[in-house]
Amino acid sequence: MFLTRKAEFSASHVCANPAWSAERNQAVYGNNANPNGHGHNYVLEVTLTGDPDPVTGMVFDLRELKEILNREVVDPMDHRFLNKEVPPFDRVIPTTENLAVEIWKRIEPQITREGVSLHNVRLYETGDLYVDYGGKR
Amino acid sequence: MRLTSRYRFSASHRLDTPALSPQENQKLYGKCNNPHGHGHDYVLEITVDGPVDADGQVVNREALDAVVRERVLARLDHKNLNADIPELAGSVTTTENLATLVRKSLLDGWTLPAGLSGVRISETARNTFELEVA
Repeated sequence: MFLTRKAEFSASHVCANPAWSAERNQAVYGNNANPNGHGHNYVLEVTLTGDPDPVTGMVFDLRELKEILNREVVDPMDHRFLNKEVPPFDRVIPTTENLAVEIWKRIEPQITREGVSLHNVRLYETGDLYVDYGGKR
Repeated sequence: MRLTSRYRFSASHRLDTPALSPQENQKLYGKCNNPHGHGHDYVLEITVDGPVDADGQVVNREALDAVVRERVLARLDHKNLNADIPELAGSVTTTENLATLVRKSLLDGWTLPAGLSGVRISETARNTFELEVA
């Protein structure tokens, strides 16, 4: 069975490689390269897979899952400038792809346990653009 | 890593097949068989799949947008699918057939480094058709 929980956070970022010219950054990242940054209302959907526990009837304790998402993602990232305030984005370009990978790294060890694993991280940058990451394959 | 981007286009159509009588078409397609046609605001979702490159991206957004705009949106938006799209001549303009055309239009000459992995079209908020790309 799959279980999906949603969380939201709002943050600003810049997608630009400091070693490149402004023109090259513009070509690769478009208006995401604006040096002063811009923001998004990110929507995160994490999907876990496992069988319901025969005693509790739950795949995973939703309160604990909420706490993990808050502690690892929402609290450190909400209303922050990712490049300046949220490592590793001082050196890793905070594209939506890289953000999904970082979220996976942060939450996967805390979710994985007997019979339960993290299946997918979906991150919406806007309502019209999202990435899905299922870990290293 | 998969990346999905959503687009919109508006078009009119009429569902009718010459293989059936007018009465049979009316019975099969119902309101969609109205002789004067009708329209929808279609929502198109394109999914690409590939490794995250050194730039931190699966695909360059502007390059993907340009491909979808040129190959799909420019040809379908504000058109009559029965009258204006030569590739659909002779086939019923169901969203199933439309999704198949969109997939073919994108795959012919696809040059983006990430692969096309899915085409999803919502005819209305209640009807969605999805094609995986092998």
